Amino acid sequence: MFPKPLEKSSRTWQISYQLLLPFALILWLLPLLAVANFSIKPEADFVNGNYWGLPSSFEAFSNYGRVFFDSNMPRYLLNSLFITIPTVIGAVALSCMAGFALGIYKFKSNLPIFFIFIAGNFVPFQILMVPVRDLTISMNLYDTKTGLVLFHIAFQTGFCTLFMRNFIRALPFPLIEAARVEGISEWRIFLYVVLPLMKPALAALAVLIFTFIWNDYFWAVVLTQGPDAQPVTAGITEFNSQFRAAYHLMSAGSIVAALPPVVMFFLMQKHFIAGLTLGAVK
Amino acid sequence: MSVSPAVSSPHASLPEKGWYKRNEIAITPWLFLMPAMIFFTIYVIIPIGQSFWISFHQWDGLGEKTWIGTANYERLLGWGDQNMDRKFETSFWNNLRWLVLYLLAIPAGLFIALFLNQTVRGIRFYKSMFFFPFVISQVVVGLVFGWFYLPNDGLFDIITGWVGIDVKGGVLGNPNTATYGIIAAGLWPQTAYCMILYLTGLNAVDPEQVEAARLDGAKGHKMLWYVILPQLKPATFIAFVVTIIGALRSFDLISVMTNGGPFGSTRVLSFFMFEESLSEFGFRMGYGAAIAVVLFFLMLGFIGYFLYSMYRDEKGAH
Repeated sequence: MFPKPLEKSSRTWQISYQLLLPFALILWLLPLLAVANFSIKPEADFVNGNYWGLPSSFEAFSNYGRVFFDSNMPRYLLNSLFITIPTVIGAVALSCMAGFALGIYKFKSNLPIFFIFIAGNFVPFQILMVPVRDLTISMNLYDTKTGLVLFHIAFQTGFCTLFMRNFIRALPFPLIEAARVEGISEWRIFLYVVLPLMKPALAALAVLIFTFIWNDYFWAVVLTQGPDAQPVTAGITEFNSQFRAAYHLMSAGSIVAALPPVVMFFLMQKHFIAGLTLGAVK
Repeated sequence: MSVSPAVSSPHASLPEKGWYKRNEIAITPWLFLMPAMIFFTIYVIIPIGQSFWISFHQWDGLGEKTWIGTANYERLLGWGDQNMDRKFETSFWNNLRWLVLYLLAIPAGLFIALFLNQTVRGIRFYKSMFFFPFVISQVVVGLVFGWFYLPNDGLFDIITGWVGIDVKGGVLGNPNTATYGIIAAGLWPQTAYCMILYLTGLNAVDPEQVEAARLDGAKGHKMLWYVILPQLKPATFIAFVVTIIGALRSFDLISVMTNGGPFGSTRVLSFFMFEESLSEFGFRMGYGAAIAVVLFFLMLGFIGYFLYSMYRDEKGAH
């Protein structure tokens, strides 16, 4: 193990390490702690210039209450949910199938197709922007959740297919051969042999895509306009212009907007990290 | 030419076996690939080509496109008797700043990973809390750092005030510092990402090699450089890929923190392109597409290298 395990280090380093850990963490998360602090302050604190000190009174309920009952925030949150969930389902479903095809079968164009999916991942969004916006408008889907969902599914399929294909590659192939010898049809092999083994990959991809899509801002701005379809990342700017310079409300709004992926991450931490670090270990 | 009935009988006993059944293994992969390929072609492959096409036109996004040849590129890059578009110049140099400074996330992530790679009580909690910033949307990160950088009232200004430094107009209000302020905000989540890559990598480092090296007297940075880092190569590769792509894609932070200002000093190509195509100054889609194409070619160098490395691994695996 590297660096040297703590148990084998000197007593002084052991103690200082234990002290250093919480200190480093607080320093690292200082920006977040500051916003959390902002969001429970009364407005008067900002008027009096008490930005970074302790709140003079505890106003979390009224601040968060106003975010939920006095703004479009709940609508934006719902929009985000209705954009994110279908995208997760769609992208995972498409890439399961594509990953199965590329991971199990040997055919000439297998690798080229696989690399097209990977390459598409790295492309700058901007080169897709004008045509995709145009296409969405011509399908009458501009400023709708469906328009965003369709694009997100398509784009995320690249990354998801890379992920799924590599996962399926690592499954024991004799299992599939055995099923073939039994005369089981190919789509049944997918459904009853491969799919059950893919559960960890499905979970990892689902949380990852959830986070990516929830946090997307660029496409939200390009493909949607108002509170009817905009997700919370884009909505927060409207929210902020509504409460200009009202830091206690802006910070409460930001925390609400950021929360769902955070909850997701803490609930499914293992899968999340397994997904993100795919390929980091050979 | 007679075929022995003993051999042909198992097939002959299945005369109902249709064309699909006979070709099942050849056809199935295409059926499974079809939906993904259709989506990907419509929304990713074709638009890339269309952007190239649009970049040779003048177009407001609504009316007819007018063919103007390479005029967009001439204006952008300053070919012929024109000067290079000033905004493009700023954006390009800012992109380079992003690229170089963003890479700091890799050593920083490695440093934190080494710091946290212990087995004390509660370390799992610490690891996930250190990773936390990556999960938060960049929009929120941008807002938070914007408040941190506020002139006079911002924590940054207060702290630098103690040592007698005063950034005029606040970090984000000063054209000399604004881009660096945004990059610093971007480094926060990116470092967290690199950290988690390295933590996973460190987990898989071969303990026997480390022990053997230790017996040979290796320790400290020598051990890190000659024994540990070579084993962390896959993690480093991915860290490079995601950091470079992330640096060139930077958009959210700039849009939220400065909206390209002050005086356009924080523009990068991705933001510049968006601004030209969809800003209140009018929809210059053709010019925007030309910028996107230039950005695409800048990235293509990196993409090509990444794909080549992956392709090599893929060939090696067979």
